[in-house]
Amino acid sequence: MNDEDKRVTSPSQEAQEAGSQHLEQVSESTGRAPLDVVEVREGMFGVRGSGDTSGYGGLRRVVALPGPSQRPYGGYFDEVVDILAEVLGEAGVDYDDAVEKVVVFRDECTLFVRREHLPLVARSLRDDQDLRFELCLGVSGVHYPEDEGRELHAVYPLFSVTHNRAIRLEVAVADADPHIPSIIDTYPANDWHEREVWDFFGVIFDGHPSLARIQMPDDWPGHPQRKDYPLGGIPVEYKGATVPSPDNRRSYN
Amino acid sequence: MSTPSSTSRPTATGPAGDTGGAREYTATGGDWDEISADAMANPDERIVVNMGPQHPSTHGVLRLVLEIEGETVTEARGGIGFLHTGIEKNMEYRTWTQGVTYCTRMDYVAPLFQEVGYCLAVEKLLDITDDVPERATLIRVMMMELNRVASHLIALGTGGNELGATTMMTIAFTAREDILKIFESITGLRMNHAYIRPGGVAVDLPPGATQMVREYIPQIRDRIGQLEKLSLKNPIFLGRLQGVGYLPLAGAMALGAAGPILRSAGLPFDLRKSQPYCGYETYDFEVPTHTDADSYARVVLRFKEMRESLKIVQQVLDRLEAQDRKGKHPVMVADKRIAWPAQLSVGSDGQGNSLDHIRQIMGSSMEALIHHFKLVTEGFRVPAGQVYQQIEHPKGVLGVHLVSDGGTRPYRAHFRDPSFNNLQTLGMMCEGGTIADVVVAVASIDPVMGGVDR
Repeated sequence: MNDEDKRVTSPSQEAQEAGSQHLEQVSESTGRAPLDVVEVREGMFGVRGSGDTSGYGGLRRVVALPGPSQRPYGGYFDEVVDILAEVLGEAGVDYDDAVEKVVVFRDECTLFVRREHLPLVARSLRDDQDLRFELCLGVSGVHYPEDEGRELHAVYPLFSVTHNRAIRLEVAVADADPHIPSIIDTYPANDWHEREVWDFFGVIFDGHPSLARIQMPDDWPGHPQRKDYPLGGIPVEYKGATVPSPDNRRSYN
Repeated sequence: MSTPSSTSRPTATGPAGDTGGAREYTATGGDWDEISADAMANPDERIVVNMGPQHPSTHGVLRLVLEIEGETVTEARGGIGFLHTGIEKNMEYRTWTQGVTYCTRMDYVAPLFQEVGYCLAVEKLLDITDDVPERATLIRVMMMELNRVASHLIALGTGGNELGATTMMTIAFTAREDILKIFESITGLRMNHAYIRPGGVAVDLPPGATQMVREYIPQIRDRIGQLEKLSLKNPIFLGRLQGVGYLPLAGAMALGAAGPILRSAGLPFDLRKSQPYCGYETYDFEVPTHTDADSYARVVLRFKEMRESLKIVQQVLDRLEAQDRKGKHPVMVADKRIAWPAQLSVGSDGQGNSLDHIRQIMGSSMEALIHHFKLVTEGFRVPAGQVYQQIEHPKGVLGVHLVSDGGTRPYRAHFRDPSFNNLQTLGMMCEGGTIADVVVAVASIDPVMGGVDR
């Protein structure tokens, strides 16, 4: 274990050595910053502790999402970001304070917004005539339990019918402080979507008029879509063999 | 509803069954005398009626909470979640290919749209969008457009049935039956097809499929015409639908309602035109709109959209037949690391892996057997990252948000089901109308609870 730690200098370098599929995008020429490591997994097939003679227990895999992109972002993304920076500036907010980073992946642009500035960013994106993202297609939660201090992410896909453009906002908060300001006064359509993310992930949307559970029963304990919440299920016996429940089966991850 | 004493941290509503001391009645069967007598004796009380979740006009298990004053609905709220089965969570424990089997069960009236939306998203993550063979895309478009017709037929048929027009339902279901027969002969199943796969489709069209679809189309069109004649000029139908469930453009945009609801308010927003996928930009079709923004306008639009869909199907058939004349074309990407190794065929004991393939992996090539085993049990790896794919579902915008951690399973799969979003318009459409209008308005939203609750 210690030998491995000495050999590897940084997780992102490790991701590259581990044959990460993003390797070609991390070249010096594009100027792209290193990958965004959210998790380092050890072992395979669920092998834990001693008793493993297969060698799979020693495997390490780095989970690294695409890192921040550098300009030019391509397409209309630069224009959207420029106008947003200008509109935020007029409102007295520095663009760099509001937007942590911009990630462009598969021709889709994600703006990582700091939560305190989310309502202003959303309102600016909707109201400025050159941005005019009229539709917010809800919010989708993602749980990264190993990404310390940024465990819970909320992803808001926006669409502009006027300009026929799509971008995405993403807000990351800590599990210990899972508060994100609600944006339903800008996008009323997000009412049920925010309730769903509260229900499934436990993200609290401050300012939502009635943040009740929506899919699970009102008195349900826990938030089922989180990674630490078990899927459940029972082993099934068939002709003398036993098939374990889906979350206890062999995992190749 | 009890009010929580502290508003600092929003919590769920009170425990289930807590009525806060309000008078409560359960009406089963015809025992309404006591309830109405009691309501007359206490005229100052608010009356809150639970409509559903087992009411036949709620399209499955939708609970409507209506506050009424006489016959007038003063407040309408929807309660959902009765059909929640955790499909998104389950998808995190299956391979990318198996995911299709799950998402097809969301909106079970339009299963192929979830399949295509999901597969387009996986393909975008894999960066193989341009490698999907043309024939697979043609088949996808044909299946989607036939499915759009089937979905609209259900909307119109059940909507009519709820008004007492049983004939509308029988005609609509008869026409839908033709489409399901097409689906069954192509995919093997009437619903829950799992036919579209990441990289293409599960199996090529069976021999004579294009001819069969051609033969069915006039029959389907004929039945749509019958439905139109039966409903659009009928004075009772007009009286029940016109001006009911009104939602103007501003309201529809604010509530994110797309599809027929938004188009009935006059905005020709259709992702097939504005953000084309699957080559929709190469087909000749119109996006019908209306300006009345009521339930009747949505019925008219659904009729027009069905005709446009059949127009697209005709064009796909022409292209498929042109391909057929040139020989055999692949329906799965060429990349062996992603393409499902086996083709399906129908044997004496039903549909299964083709015998040629079994013979090869069991008899002559151990490498092919290993490859088949690895790909089927372990699955393929998808580069880490996230994508969002939106497609035009019969009910509005279907959004698929996929996150990959670089593994063989989705790290997170989220479906923005159009019905889930559109049901939020319920309050705006129903409040101020009568209880009977609620049924009409819900039918014009066309929610399918399998998709709403997932």
